Amino acid sequence: MADAQQAVVMRGVVKRFPGVMANDGVDLEVWRGEIHALLGENGAGKTTLMNILYGIYHPDAGEIHVSGEHAVIRSPQDAIHLGIGMVHQQFRLVQTHTVTENVILGMGDGLLFREREARQRIKELAEKYSLQVDPEARVWQLSAGEQQRVEILKALYRGAAILILDEPTSMLTPSEIEELLKTLHRMTEEGHTIIFITHKLDEVTAVSHRVTVLRRGKVIATLETAQTNERELAHLMVGREVLFRLAKEPVKTGEAVLRVDDLHALSDKNLPALKGISLEVCAGEILGVAGVAGNGQREFVEALTGLRPVTGGFIFLKDSEITRTAPRVRIDSGMSCVPSERLTAFIPNMSIAENMILKTYRQAPISKGPLLDHKTVNAYADRLIQEYAVMTPSRETPVKLLSGGNIQRALLARELSTQPALLIAASPTSGLDVGATETVWKLLLEQRKQGRAVLLVSEDLDEVMTLSDRIAVLYEGEIMGIVHGEENNLEQIGLMMAGALRLPQEKWA
Amino acid sequence: MKMLRLGLEPRRHAPRYVQVLGLAFSLFLALLAIAIVFLALGVNPVYAYQRIFQGGFGSLYGLAESATKSIPLMLAGVGLALAFRARVYNIGAEGQLLMGAIVGGGIALNFSELPRAWLLPAMFVGGFLGGALWALIPAILKARFRVDEVLTTLMLVYVASDFVRYLVNGPWRGPEQRGFPYSSPFSLNAQLPHLGVTRIHYPTLIIAILVAILLFLLLVRTKLGYEIRVAGENPAAARYAGMNTQKIVLLVLLISGGLAGLAGVGEVAGIHARLSPPEGISPGYGFTAIIVAWLARLNPLAAILTSFLISGLLVGGDAIQVALNLPSATIHIFNGVILLFVIAGDLFTRYRIRLEARS
Amino acid sequence: MIDLIVSVISLAIPAGTALLYGTLGEVYAERSGVLNLGVEGMMIMGAVTGFAVTHATENALLGILAASLVGGLLALIHAFASITLRVNQVVSGLALTMLGLGISGIIGKRFIGQPLSARPLPLDFPVLSDLPVIGPMLFQFNALVYFSIALVPLLWFVLYKTYWGITLRSVGENPAAADAMGVNVFLVRYLAVVFGGLMAGLGGSFLSVAYAPAWIEGMTAGAGWIVIALTIFAMWDPTRALLGAYLFGGVRVLQFRLQPLGISPNLLNMLPFLLTILVLWFISEQAFRRRIGVPAALMQPYSRE
Repeated sequence: MADAQQAVVMRGVVKRFPGVMANDGVDLEVWRGEIHALLGENGAGKTTLMNILYGIYHPDAGEIHVSGEHAVIRSPQDAIHLGIGMVHQQFRLVQTHTVTENVILGMGDGLLFREREARQRIKELAEKYSLQVDPEARVWQLSAGEQQRVEILKALYRGAAILILDEPTSMLTPSEIEELLKTLHRMTEEGHTIIFITHKLDEVTAVSHRVTVLRRGKVIATLETAQTNERELAHLMVGREVLFRLAKEPVKTGEAVLRVDDLHALSDKNLPALKGISLEVCAGEILGVAGVAGNGQREFVEALTGLRPVTGGFIFLKDSEITRTAPRVRIDSGMSCVPSERLTAFIPNMSIAENMILKTYRQAPISKGPLLDHKTVNAYADRLIQEYAVMTPSRETPVKLLSGGNIQRALLARELSTQPALLIAASPTSGLDVGATETVWKLLLEQRKQGRAVLLVSEDLDEVMTLSDRIAVLYEGEIMGIVHGEENNLEQIGLMMAGALRLPQEKWA
Repeated sequence: MKMLRLGLEPRRHAPRYVQVLGLAFSLFLALLAIAIVFLALGVNPVYAYQRIFQGGFGSLYGLAESATKSIPLMLAGVGLALAFRARVYNIGAEGQLLMGAIVGGGIALNFSELPRAWLLPAMFVGGFLGGALWALIPAILKARFRVDEVLTTLMLVYVASDFVRYLVNGPWRGPEQRGFPYSSPFSLNAQLPHLGVTRIHYPTLIIAILVAILLFLLLVRTKLGYEIRVAGENPAAARYAGMNTQKIVLLVLLISGGLAGLAGVGEVAGIHARLSPPEGISPGYGFTAIIVAWLARLNPLAAILTSFLISGLLVGGDAIQVALNLPSATIHIFNGVILLFVIAGDLFTRYRIRLEARS
Repeated sequence: MIDLIVSVISLAIPAGTALLYGTLGEVYAERSGVLNLGVEGMMIMGAVTGFAVTHATENALLGILAASLVGGLLALIHAFASITLRVNQVVSGLALTMLGLGISGIIGKRFIGQPLSARPLPLDFPVLSDLPVIGPMLFQFNALVYFSIALVPLLWFVLYKTYWGITLRSVGENPAAADAMGVNVFLVRYLAVVFGGLMAGLGGSFLSVAYAPAWIEGMTAGAGWIVIALTIFAMWDPTRALLGAYLFGGVRVLQFRLQPLGISPNLLNMLPFLLTILVLWFISEQAFRRRIGVPAALMQPYSRE
């Protein structure tokens, strides 16, 4: 039944995780030489399915055929032998090693590392598929786009005929995305097959020949891309109509709550990461900070919250200078933060109640003198759980047992319950499904309405465009410009994200 | 053909009874493994265990000795439980214990004429400070300069041992000891009272139990305890919440060092009544206390129980050392194997284990 | 003056050799991402095994081989605990050190005070050893000393210039990356940890068979812990391990040199441990400022799910 035109056939694939059915009898058929999009929300099971194809997970049931042959894939090694390569969303690169060392990793032919030959082959491949990158550079010196090229080179170096790309555009600038798509088309011309995991509808229509939609671990449909449209795909993906636009009521903005003046800070590698950032966030406004990942977002948020030393410049919260104060002082003077790495905001093994008081445990009535008042703590936790509709069996449940959406709800509950003057939200919806995203967005708009200042730092341009009154674009640790959050500024924002445009300061919004 | 296979299924949360059963089972496996070691070394394990059990728990005398030896284990163990909770790996309780013994002993030797009601408390306070200051060195190195505490606390054990040796061989050697490396005996005022005919120096035991209860309350009832638990579980979250993690590191090291110091005072004032070379003051209580803490799952209250359990093994171990003519290092076998199985026993809390039939 | 330098160097090299073996092994283990705090236990087990087997067979080579094997076996336990069971590496290593100290005490009891007749592979450098200054300084050691020196460039070469080395370093830096490229992360870590144990056992047997040569209970006296510190000092590099090991060997020699001056041997005994603390302090400052060295995945168990 399997013919050679089918690059990959997966039948009845089942994968269970504790408490979750990640793949529930999935059938997938990918044709040779096509770009096949795998579309679905976060948690739909796309990545799990591809991890099974790549041998990282083992299916509980189901079978796989590769190039018409029945295949048992026990490890990535097996997958590589079958000509399958995978570029994970989080790059699997050794930061301290050179590009060449990364590319040849795991290639066991002979003992001696023939660096020159390897470098030569990498250069040839790079030229053929226009994947420019310096083979001698160390990975940590490379941009996200370059790192992705290294990942693709790794697969090509091993002669991969089938390439899986997991959310490949999430870290790229618009122009880098264009280049990637060109490379992919080039590869299909050479006979490669590409499986493209995404949750972005425009990418599906822009790049793929066919698309398979997954929802809650099941295949909903497989369609020819040319014979469908974004609206239909959205409906299939979510199972209902999606709210593409949220109503943003006009709010009268007040005084500046956060003022940042010529802020400088270093990265973990002691290189300049923030090079003179200046901006203001006013009461009743959402200021979005757009930018491709790794341009100083993390350092910026850490410098604001006091977790990273500032090497120059000033930070003012309301009217007091807080540039060099301890995190605790900033929290107590009205700064709240939803960090992008949720792990830093929670203690997974501790109960929801104990997590809810992480920011307020020092204050009466939650603590009295040196003692914690457990009664008040419990009442406080119960109130927040109810108010923000956190779904949990009880307040004693360890946070690690909650779903991603509920964890984020609990986090927002905690951060908003203190009535902060300033809320810093970093990638607040990454990894959340459409429903949870909507809840978070509504909560942020609600803060704006209540006259709080919101600083939204996000790599998701859609999110920034949807929510922000003004948008500052961060590129290599500098603000390239600040514009109003209107659709017709999109092109300018894209150019600034790529570092191709810098607005003179007097033109900033 | 059907085959039985051991299956591991990860579990996200283990109820308490699973944790307790898992611990008990690992302890059982540890004793089994030690039996194998004994067998390999040509010792009849059934006989050995009989002697151990009889020695440690089988008589009033044995029980009293077990209680005596549980005192230093409990004091040092609850301190370590607190430090490990904050994920501060103080491995050097042995050295802190010795420094406590030195300071306490120094006070005993130099102020021997003070009345008991002054002298003994002064020795305890001095011992606590001695142990705490000894722990302050790695504490500052870690909090201020990010030097890993595992090695520094451990290195200071060797330094403290050599320091004790230096003192009892040199400046503090008793003139009446005819060249043997001992200090002069403590005055009666510097000696702790015993319970009846036993060697249980009950003032120290009472202090130890009180401390265990206090530390338990500290962990669950106070802001500081909350901070310690958060810092141990997730240091990044602690910093994000505005906690002073350096202060926590300093504090838990000082407390655990001080408590080990108290244990040292208890040993010299309650048992030996003089200073002797380090092996004479402590047969490695500071290291065994690590097991006490781990076996108690870092819960200070449970450490009261586990210190007694482990000290029973120690006493029983002494009995077979004499009976079978084994070197004193034998006890390390117990320590090592039990510790290994206890940490491996976490398997039970992380996985559901079941037999599956596979065709 | 020259005589003094010659004598210090000629004593420091053998005094640092056991440390060198241990450190070279631990460099590899930690490069794979596993911290082995059981080195002390593996060294002491190597020491007692080496002595016992040499004593019984009159063949030092057999003794040394057996010692390495025992060190490797003990390391296998650590590998199983820390790699397969993913337990706390600090505690597991500590437990093995205790175990090693205990078992070596029982095995070694009957060997206390016994002499050893067999010597490991005496070497003769006919011309070289007669050279002035250089001769007595460098050409009159036991074969094990030269073997350890030869291992340094070899292990350096393997680490940086071969596929094995790249694989090993990748596993210690980013196991997920290595796994995705078809590397068996578990196998690599097992091999590295067991190699570390072999080297620790070998180093221990050097002490009891060649250096002392005798069995004394607890004779490693913290050398295993110094090895852990030296690994950090060496910044996980075999060549710097050589430097560090001889530096500490030199301190050991200094100890004997200073004793006649009337300084208490007990106080001199503290020197290597105090030096270790100073070294750790210095290195931590540097490592933090430059953000280099530590294998990124050190002490992090790996699992796919």
